[in-house]
Amino acid sequence: MILFDKIRWRAGIFELGPVSFEVPFGKYGMLMGRTGCGKTTLAEILCGLRVPDSGRVWINGQDISDREPGKRGIGYVPQDGALFPTMTVRENLAFVSRIRGLKPAASAPSVERLAGLLGISHLLDRKPAHLSGGERQRVALGRALAAEPSALVLDEPLSALDEETHADLVALLKKVQRSLGLTALHITHHRQEACQLADHLFLLADGAVSPLEFAP
Amino acid sequence: MLAATASYSTPGHLLKALLSREIQHSVYLSIVTCTSTALLSVVFAVPAGYLLSRTQFPGKTLVEVVLDVPIVLPPMVVGLALLIFFQTPLGRMLEKAVPLTYTVYGVIVAQFVIGAAFAIRTMRGTFDHLSPRPEAVALTLGCSRARAFWWVTLPSARGGVFAAASVAWAHSLGEFGPILVFAGATRMKTEVLPTTVWLELSVGNLEAAVAVSLLMVLFAGAVLLAVRKAGERV
Repeated sequence: MILFDKIRWRAGIFELGPVSFEVPFGKYGMLMGRTGCGKTTLAEILCGLRVPDSGRVWINGQDISDREPGKRGIGYVPQDGALFPTMTVRENLAFVSRIRGLKPAASAPSVERLAGLLGISHLLDRKPAHLSGGERQRVALGRALAAEPSALVLDEPLSALDEETHADLVALLKKVQRSLGLTALHITHHRQEACQLADHLFLLADGAVSPLEFAP
Repeated sequence: MLAATASYSTPGHLLKALLSREIQHSVYLSIVTCTSTALLSVVFAVPAGYLLSRTQFPGKTLVEVVLDVPIVLPPMVVGLALLIFFQTPLGRMLEKAVPLTYTVYGVIVAQFVIGAAFAIRTMRGTFDHLSPRPEAVALTLGCSRARAFWWVTLPSARGGVFAAASVAWAHSLGEFGPILVFAGATRMKTEVLPTTVWLELSVGNLEAAVAVSLLMVLFAGAVLLAVRKAGERV
């Protein structure tokens, strides 16, 4: 599960919190809100990239608030994918293995398997500059999954995609999340997208999060 | 302006300049010192530019001002300041370890003070334009901050590194005031191309001064073109 427990964060006149909500284990949670309301800030707090002024964050029953970003068991897909621009798709997917000291040959089978799952095997030798928006998002997802996370955090992964690519990626996200049993927190400001994917829907407004009723 | 200068010289003057032992030494010393300065400037500018771009710390504005001061000061003042600094107790201590004043190392120090300032500005601009998100993702994947910088951010900044090195190199080639005051203009010892122009002018040898000036223009143009081409491929 993903749990935010009374998170507060403040920068200048912008104030967030107290924020408390939970995405149950193995479920797909979506956080909606207007642009600039603090959704990305919450995602970064969860991933350990920002330190909250107060409050705790939990993953699968463990308080991860004091852990470094790399030790939280979170696969993070930021806006635009944020691929490593000087590395090929293969190198992006193998990045975690490289951190863990594995040689490229040793990580090749898992990279190929991941590429197959995401439909990007034909892109492995390309660099991010030569990928479409949808392809970049698939690679970003693959890079996050390569770390075998307990939870996925996706920050507007489907924005700026055409309708067909959007539909393909919605189907892919659903398939991946369900087959791997991951708890996911997906940030969006598109209600339709939320209805297509969410098990649980939340709204961030005026610095606080509340559950939203919706008809899937 | 360049055309006018070129028309004042002849191929014969250029050849005579190239065959002169003193000028050959000056060319060699300019290449060695400018390249050393460019490399040193980049080593200093990359971490400084990164810190200025990505972090907040007390006194940051003051640090920025101090790093920009060599750019705005008159070059002779920079040389004078260096000379005075190396007369202080700390300066004398450094001087004992590595003789700098009126030596080749002094040429590099004089070039570095200004070259590094330009290199830092270039690197800061580079890091300002690079998205911090890839580095953040690297952290979530288990990278340390240093490794994320080395594996992700620095390769993305290599165009800027090339630019910083070429800016530092180009400024060093034209540096005159600080070198004259701090390292002197001793023939066959601390004489670099700008001081050659000055020395030739001071003895009334206008043709040689113009020839060396043209040499500097051609030389700088060739190196900058090569660096630009290399930078495009990077």
